[in-house]
Amino acid sequence: MGREAVVTKRIPLKEKILSANDRLALENRKLFDEAGVLAMNLMASPGAGKTSLIEHTIRALSENNRLAVIDGDIATSIDADRAEAAGAVAVQINTGGDCHLDANMLRGALAELSLAEIDLLLVENVGNLICPASFQLGTHKTVLIASVPEGSDKPYKYPVMYRGVDALVVNKIDLLPYVDFDMPYFQRGVEILNPGLACFVLSCKTGEGLDAWLDWVRNEIEARRQGSR
Amino acid sequence: MHELPVTESILEIALRHGAEAGAVRISAIHLVIGQLSSIIDDSVQFYWDMISEGTLAEGAELRFRRIPAVFLCSDCEKAYKPEGEDFSCPRCGGTRVKLTSGNEFQVEAIEVETDDAS
Repeated sequence: MGREAVVTKRIPLKEKILSANDRLALENRKLFDEAGVLAMNLMASPGAGKTSLIEHTIRALSENNRLAVIDGDIATSIDADRAEAAGAVAVQINTGGDCHLDANMLRGALAELSLAEIDLLLVENVGNLICPASFQLGTHKTVLIASVPEGSDKPYKYPVMYRGVDALVVNKIDLLPYVDFDMPYFQRGVEILNPGLACFVLSCKTGEGLDAWLDWVRNEIEARRQGSR
Repeated sequence: MHELPVTESILEIALRHGAEAGAVRISAIHLVIGQLSSIIDDSVQFYWDMISEGTLAEGAELRFRRIPAVFLCSDCEKAYKPEGEDFSCPRCGGTRVKLTSGNEFQVEAIEVETDDAS
């Protein structure tokens, strides 16, 4: 017929859809490890108290540690300004509409920091309980900040986020007398999804429970120092 | 809603492997999506039609294979698909459970057309 036959074939791949992001996340991790930085990714819904927790953490730990904050937001530098006022080096990422940080955005922001001069890097993700869970950043620890006014059904509604984190903060417990928050129901949901999860029940407003959180962060920084020696 | 970067990743993977295989056209993309991976098929398709235009993969069919979430109870070893909001074991009520499937988020395969030079 003089015409080349077209052959159709199936190529098996089994490649993770976000593999490009995962690769960049590994590169970020390498940068952290080479510089001896402990990096944490803080995730939460909008208004749960990420920035307040970061402010408390900076004030409590700055005396003995060098802290930096990278803030992800759709717009404004309000959060980075607050972190800076509390005493940390801060870099703002404006995602311009994206609902999460990804490894590539983080890498861009890392270029603005002298990692060798940092002990603890707190990455404040965009306020959202869905998308940030899918995008690894290369941080060593992921922390979810829940808050009492959000309601106790959140582990059941956002299982992927609750399943994937290394620590959980439950903020605003000063409001427990005023809202319907069923703590046993909440904790049961967490236990099913993430058994044995480190959990810190606290109030950034009154300071109740903050010490346990700060001790955990101090221990993690110390463990990283020991490990990198 | 992060369907755009997800769709861009799917396209990147398809084009990279399509080029390696010497494809003249990529005709189908097989995706495996676990129930716990929050992705909206229609939205991916919408972006796909836009961003695949003018590439080897233009017009390729996106086939979604959904995998239900399956848990395994560590106490009584029952495997089950959770119903409703509570993921605890329906047989013994146990809460020590493990997810055995439902987390998938993969390009399983692509179908390509090549000129048969032989």
